[in-house]
Amino acid sequence: MTYRLGIDVGGTNTDAVLLDEEDQVISKAKSPTTDDVTSGILDVLAKVLADKAIDRSMIKHAMLGTTHCTNAIVERKRLSRVAVIRIGYPATVAVKPLTGWPEDLKQATGNEIFVIGGGHEFDGRRIGELDREALRSIARRVRGRVDAVAVTAVFSPVNPEDELEAARILKEELGDTPISLSHEIGSIGLLERENATVLNAAVVGVAKATATAFSEALRREGIDARAYFGQNDGTLMSVDYAVRYPILTIACGPTNSIRGAAFLSNQRDALVVDVGGTTTDVGVLVNRFPRESSVAVEIGGVRTNFRMPDLVSIGLGGGSIVRQRNGQVTIGPDSVGHRIQHEAIVFGGTTLTATDVAVAAGHVGIGDRRRVSGLDPGLVRQTQGAMVRMVEDAIDRMKTSPEPVPAVLVGGGSILLPDRLQGVLEVLRPAHYEVANAIGAAIAQVSGQIERVFSLDAISREEAVRQAADMAREEAVRAGADPAAVEVVEVDDVPLAYLPGNATRIRVKAAGDLAR
Amino acid sequence: MRQLHAQDIEDIAVGAALLGTGGGGDPHVGKLMALQAIEESGPVDLVDVSEVPDEGLIVPLAMMGAPTVLVEKVPNGEEFPRVFEALKNYLGKPVFATMPIEAGGVNSMIPLASAAKLRIPVIDADGMGRAFPELQMVTFHLAGASATPMVMTDEKGNLVLFSTISNHWTEALARSATVVMGGSAMIAIYPLTGRQVKDAAIGGIVTLAQRIGEAIRRSRIESRDPLAAVLEVTGGLRLFKGKIVDVSRKTAGGFVRGEALFEGIDDYRGKTLRLQFQNENLIAVSNGRVLASVPDLITVLDAETAKPVTTETLKYGYRAIVIGIPCNARWRTPKGIETVGPRYFGYDIDYVPIEERVSREWAKGGEPA
Repeated sequence: MTYRLGIDVGGTNTDAVLLDEEDQVISKAKSPTTDDVTSGILDVLAKVLADKAIDRSMIKHAMLGTTHCTNAIVERKRLSRVAVIRIGYPATVAVKPLTGWPEDLKQATGNEIFVIGGGHEFDGRRIGELDREALRSIARRVRGRVDAVAVTAVFSPVNPEDELEAARILKEELGDTPISLSHEIGSIGLLERENATVLNAAVVGVAKATATAFSEALRREGIDARAYFGQNDGTLMSVDYAVRYPILTIACGPTNSIRGAAFLSNQRDALVVDVGGTTTDVGVLVNRFPRESSVAVEIGGVRTNFRMPDLVSIGLGGGSIVRQRNGQVTIGPDSVGHRIQHEAIVFGGTTLTATDVAVAAGHVGIGDRRRVSGLDPGLVRQTQGAMVRMVEDAIDRMKTSPEPVPAVLVGGGSILLPDRLQGVLEVLRPAHYEVANAIGAAIAQVSGQIERVFSLDAISREEAVRQAADMAREEAVRAGADPAAVEVVEVDDVPLAYLPGNATRIRVKAAGDLAR
Repeated sequence: MRQLHAQDIEDIAVGAALLGTGGGGDPHVGKLMALQAIEESGPVDLVDVSEVPDEGLIVPLAMMGAPTVLVEKVPNGEEFPRVFEALKNYLGKPVFATMPIEAGGVNSMIPLASAAKLRIPVIDADGMGRAFPELQMVTFHLAGASATPMVMTDEKGNLVLFSTISNHWTEALARSATVVMGGSAMIAIYPLTGRQVKDAAIGGIVTLAQRIGEAIRRSRIESRDPLAAVLEVTGGLRLFKGKIVDVSRKTAGGFVRGEALFEGIDDYRGKTLRLQFQNENLIAVSNGRVLASVPDLITVLDAETAKPVTTETLKYGYRAIVIGIPCNARWRTPKGIETVGPRYFGYDIDYVPIEERVSREWAKGGEPA
């Protein structure tokens, strides 16, 4: 019997699960998330493996969904110094790189900015020749002064040629310095794609350190497993890939919850309500994957064009502080977080939390109920009503039609919510709901992605998609997927108008379960 | 005359999105261009229409082409001096000032960026008082002004001067030149004299945009009702508060046509509102009764923040307040209604000013008079 280990670092708790080959939960654990994140991972690892009967040598895969990179950006700590190179002059300099960035983040990433000639038009023609000499002189200038390079060329999602050539030249000059290329990270929208690419380069160092620490932690626990990182779209990246594209891990938390909820409840299309210690996220499951947001997402005060899970986040969690002012009840948005074990009234503390109210109302049987027996029944009723309305309101915002749909409730705080919610067909509370995010990490599939320009004069579109799909499947298998189970999950083709030979850019993503 | 600094630009961008009535393109890239120009060259002088010399040459500036290209291939900045230099040589006199052709959307910002860079004034006026999709939909056209001589340039340095026999030819020639230049180009269009600006432009519109943005920003800081502030500044009327229960869109004739159905909440419970749009919001109908129509402005605001939202943002479940703002009186003339009235956009209704359609009771959520 082999096992898979899933770990998810949340805002309040770090959760871990151990699954067997039949996806049965063998062991699960929760531990407070720590400031350095890594020690919280070590704690939860020790807890989930506490049972001596578990044969650690049989743990073959370990998946980590972590906030290391997000935290580094938000806190401006441990960021790499980045040489920011934009290719597109004479276009684009009316808005220089890093415009609109918070000053402290600019300083933290070194503020080394260059704009050079090259890049393409929307139809694939050149704006100008790539300025190779400028690239070499930039490389000489920044050698030893930066830890990473971010390269963004105008219309590189249509034609990545200049970014690839720039990477080749920079590698000659700078050796192993990590290079992030924008066409591998974002889509059309120069400034947002460039921002994402610079952020990616800035967290390469953090990602490497995290990967090393995770492998080290596993080794110390006597685990010899292949390690993976969870990414925004709910699939896994090998550690090698994650240290090149760490920015793709930035929203894996909500994605893991939604995927875990889908797995535990066996639903393909549903709403997922994840109630944590501080916030509640409502997301939408479409064909077992999270629905993606269409609007620009800000990370650490910087606008990007990432596709993130479409979520409504509200300040309601198990630790949300309840206050009464002039007869009006307010809930959150501040929370006692994981200190709930000491500060909530039912646990002997003095702060009135959402959990205390749920216990007083008789919905939840945790802690010492007698300690809240004196609460004003009016306050309890009012608070309960307000909590339910907050969630119903968030649910309604996420629905695409007025028809009631099933809602899957997960997360430790979901015990606060009743079994009936307006606009919801059926409230589902699957087993292991409290560690759904770690389960989402553990059951995640591996994916492979390919992006190529095909000439549709030579072959049909169907044939081109078929060839691209084959390559994407091979990529997924190389990353560890079971060849028999790999499916194409996404096909995207963009015709490149006015190019000779009827050129079309085709992108295919394939995903499948891990080979056992 | 007064000066515009970075915070003023931020406020104007929010106001421009509101005056964009759901369309006009996201002001974001234009705002960043203006902010960078101010950081490098200092604040912008904004002059009142009354301060413009009668014989001064005033040249409105705008971007033409696909917004998706503009967000990828951002301009260089040297386009500004180049177009003005070319017009100066052609017309034999220097450019006194620039101004926005439309106060709504991304084109509200381009003249501000150019003015900062070239240290010329911006006139507190535009030719629409809002955003419209076509070249002749400007008050200068109503007054008989020609769009040409018009100059178009790209970031590479190519420049074309158009001298045409009609505004129809200008549109056709300029569209194909834009594609050759890479899908997005800068234009200087409708060169006017100071006298023509005084007679035909909509004055005070940049200041209005700024006051709208400022009102929304300040109400958030001071925890006041942002909607009341917006209505006070714009002289607008509340048309509806509701939740979107249906949105449909289809592409027809190169435009996105669509409609959103709102179900009333709070004061408007039990009523519905149907909002029809084509790039911009055009008609608002409640239970069979027209509440407002183009050229009056119809804008959708976020129910909580009162920030304006574009038509792409409209989706099921979104809670919003719909407001209407009286358009400039020049659009209410027979030629104005012919150029931008509901029938021009294909709706078989007469234009009736919003103040006559909407009673004060309705705006408060009561029954229509």
